[in-house]
Amino acid sequence: MGDKTDVWQGTLALMALKTLETLGPLHGYGIARRIEQTSGNLLSLNYGTLYPALLKLEQEGAIASEWGVSENNRKAKFYRLTRAGRKQLDKATSNWEQTTAILARFLSPSEDQA
Amino acid sequence: MKLRASMLRLAGMFPGARRARERELAAEIDSHLQLHIDDNLRAGMTAAQARRNAILQLGGVDATKEAYRDRSTIPFLEHLLQDVRFAIRQLRKDPGFTCTAVLVLSLGMCASVAIFAFVDAALIKPLPYRNPGRLAGVFESIATEQRSTLSYPDYLDWKKLNKVFSSLDIYQRGHFALTTPAGAEPVRGDRVSDGFFRTLGVTPVLGRDFYAGEDLPSAPRVALLSYAAWQQRYGGERDVLGRVVTLDGAPNIIIGVLPRNFHFAPAGQVEFWTAFHASSDCDLGRYCHTVFGIARLKDGVSLQTASADVKSIAKRLEKQYPDSNRDQGADLELLTDVITGDIRPVLMILLGGAGLLLLIATVNVTGLLLVRSEGRRREVAMRRALGASQGRLISQFVTEALVLVTAGSVLGLASANWAIQILERLISEDIMATPFLHGLGLNARVTAYAGVTALMAATLFALAPSLRIGSRDLREGLAEGSRCTAGIVWRRLGSKLVVLELATAMVLLTGAALLGKSLYQLLHVNIGVQSGNLLTMEMVAPKSGYGKDEQAIALTREIAIRIERLPGVRSVGFTTNGVPVSGNGNTMPFRVLGRPWHGENNLTPERDVSAKYFTTLGAKLWRGRYFTDAEDASKPSVAIVNGALVRKYFPGEDALGKQLARPWPSKPIEIVGIVEDIREGPLDEAIPPVLYIPFNQDPDRDFSLVVRTLQDERALLPALAATIRRIDPGIVMDRGKTMMDKIDDSQSVYLHRSSAWLVGGFAALALLLGVVGLYGMVAYSVSRRTREIGVRMALGAQPGSVYRLILQEAAWLAAAGIAIGLACSVVAATLIRGLLFGIQPWDVPTLAAVAAVLGIAAVLASFIPARRAASVDPVEALRAE
Repeated sequence: MGDKTDVWQGTLALMALKTLETLGPLHGYGIARRIEQTSGNLLSLNYGTLYPALLKLEQEGAIASEWGVSENNRKAKFYRLTRAGRKQLDKATSNWEQTTAILARFLSPSEDQA
Repeated sequence: MKLRASMLRLAGMFPGARRARERELAAEIDSHLQLHIDDNLRAGMTAAQARRNAILQLGGVDATKEAYRDRSTIPFLEHLLQDVRFAIRQLRKDPGFTCTAVLVLSLGMCASVAIFAFVDAALIKPLPYRNPGRLAGVFESIATEQRSTLSYPDYLDWKKLNKVFSSLDIYQRGHFALTTPAGAEPVRGDRVSDGFFRTLGVTPVLGRDFYAGEDLPSAPRVALLSYAAWQQRYGGERDVLGRVVTLDGAPNIIIGVLPRNFHFAPAGQVEFWTAFHASSDCDLGRYCHTVFGIARLKDGVSLQTASADVKSIAKRLEKQYPDSNRDQGADLELLTDVITGDIRPVLMILLGGAGLLLLIATVNVTGLLLVRSEGRRREVAMRRALGASQGRLISQFVTEALVLVTAGSVLGLASANWAIQILERLISEDIMATPFLHGLGLNARVTAYAGVTALMAATLFALAPSLRIGSRDLREGLAEGSRCTAGIVWRRLGSKLVVLELATAMVLLTGAALLGKSLYQLLHVNIGVQSGNLLTMEMVAPKSGYGKDEQAIALTREIAIRIERLPGVRSVGFTTNGVPVSGNGNTMPFRVLGRPWHGENNLTPERDVSAKYFTTLGAKLWRGRYFTDAEDASKPSVAIVNGALVRKYFPGEDALGKQLARPWPSKPIEIVGIVEDIREGPLDEAIPPVLYIPFNQDPDRDFSLVVRTLQDERALLPALAATIRRIDPGIVMDRGKTMMDKIDDSQSVYLHRSSAWLVGGFAALALLLGVVGLYGMVAYSVSRRTREIGVRMALGAQPGSVYRLILQEAAWLAAAGIAIGLACSVVAATLIRGLLFGIQPWDVPTLAAVAAVLGIAAVLASFIPARRAASVDPVEALRAE
């Protein structure tokens, strides 16, 4: 596990929102698995940390939850994106893209200096 | 979104929500694990492997739960709630302490809040007039009375000449005979000038105010009703306007009703207000002073400027009308001070007393808390050793203080509400005209006062123990044998508190003793009259039938004959201007014949009295003779004077036989008798010179009756009233009063009595609290020193020396408290000097007695723990540790 990256503060919520946007309503386990898989197993995620983050999103109204039944007939709590959540996701995504673009410009070797 | 989340988190703090949430989270984690295990099984793990892997991947379940819990509530509030629950549990575990602390605190709160409510109602709440700070009372002043009445012509001149008032108006206090189907009934009614209510800034709720000029004799007679009179006499009907009410035999048209909350305390509970209509000789005479002025100051004019202006007007009038206006000065006072002047010092004393009681109560509870924190030292040290931060520990103590103070305040406020009602019922309506107390109760200001008080108490309670936690070394707290040394800290702080309590108690006791002694002196002041078995009654005969002098004389003779015939009556006398102890009354100017006269007026209170007046009162005749019934206008004018007049105008001379005269007509009046001073005015004021003239030489249809009885005088009152009704039902009279009641109910006695009783009550409580505080301190110290005492006794100390050891400690505290208290008492007593009567603030016997009482109480309080110390069994004491 030594080469895996810890999840950065605040990014977990964004990943969860994006997962829900892509896959539609999903339970906590599914979200955790999806985040892990999408990261190509590069992220070390304690699945437990996901739940407080989901609670926060739910309190803020970005997602809503409902108990349902999973594909293999297990009871599970399903989360889905709300309209407010979609807006939040769009905003966070563009913010994030801007930040990474700026950082990338800083970190990539500039052509003048080469 | 933030707000929504915060609300949800707040809601999450309720126990029901918490349980539901925990269940939900458990279910969710359960389902998570199931799903994961299913996946793992599908991937080919064994059941045990699948489970282990799923749990590992989930991470610490407890950490998740905690993070989840923190997220779903507000941790700070959660801690606070925990603290509150813990504090309540702690307090419930020690009901003795809790009850004492809450009771003592609520007692202090109750006293100070209740008194503050009265202070608020009487002094703080603005008067119900427009911009009351600009209203002033306007008076003429003479040598014997700084704030006296104006004459109507003077008022007119002042109104015309002044440059400082935007308006100046007058009122004349009085009674009307109201004609009712059942006969004449006396009602309180005032005559006012047309702009009186406009000056105050009060408009009628129904009908209209007086028009300008409606107070002139040429205008039709009109009257305004008080709200109470409208409700009680006219059932609150709106068609009361235009109806006719007969007052003093004259019909008046009702033109309006005043607002419900309107009151004008200087006038008392007035039912009818009529426009002035100056017509009688007295109304029009410059020498006849019957009206009080109120004025609204012009914008930007100070009271001093205004005062200087009216004084210069008075000077001008003195020159212009030397006969009537010589020595007539002027004086102004803010209306607020006119209204609350008498009651303010009393209320301030009471507030001070209640404040001291609150202080002592708070200190007492602080002491209790200190003892308690002492007992919890190990608990605190243990909690700190287990990782509690200093802040967390202090917040625990603060919470406990808050819980205590909240309980004490709630109880205190509830009992204050009750105390206010009781006190209000005890207040004599005659003295503190009830309008004062409009809006009395737990209003916003009073509640705020209680809140601030509670906050201060809470701060003190929280501060004392937390300060000590801060300085405590952890190891010391945990160490087993450290109890003796730690006691020193407590003893230093605790003993200061006890000294403070005792000193405060001393101040309150001294105050109460001085006030009590003042009351005693006041009640036993020589009034120059034998006050037992004496009845008084005031009456006014109607103008028609008794307007002429002979008719008034005949009426008094008739009344005297009929009443002396009643069984149990010994003699009957009459006077004008009121019976003793009711006020100095009207004045008469005079000069001494045969002496150079420069126009000075020598205004002197005067009374027209019947022949039997002095013998009926039981006054002492020093020289000369009484009047005779035959001395009427046809006989030479005579007068009897009091000792004060002789001392002032005839020092070192024989006044008997000297001749006086009014400045006009200067018919000689011979002094035929000298009586011992009779207290015509308030008990606590010096007796001025008084002139007595025979009633039959200056009769009046407005007079008072005095009746000397053989037995219980009160029982005769109904017969008295019935007799007068039989003579003429048109005579208006009051209910009659015994002289004893008159003295007891007089304003000065009333104010002294109420302050003496209340401060006495506070002092008794303070004594109790102070002594209990001392007892607690000594008892605690004994319990701390049990081991030390055991060792001493094991080494051969006698019980006597143990007694000495303990009592010495108590004696030091008591002595310090009493010494500091003495100094503070003298200062405090000097501050209340205005209310003391016939006693100095540094009255040595009083101070000595109070110190002795406190000392004895202190010795008694410390004797109990001392005896316990002396009876310590050394073996037991040493083993117990």
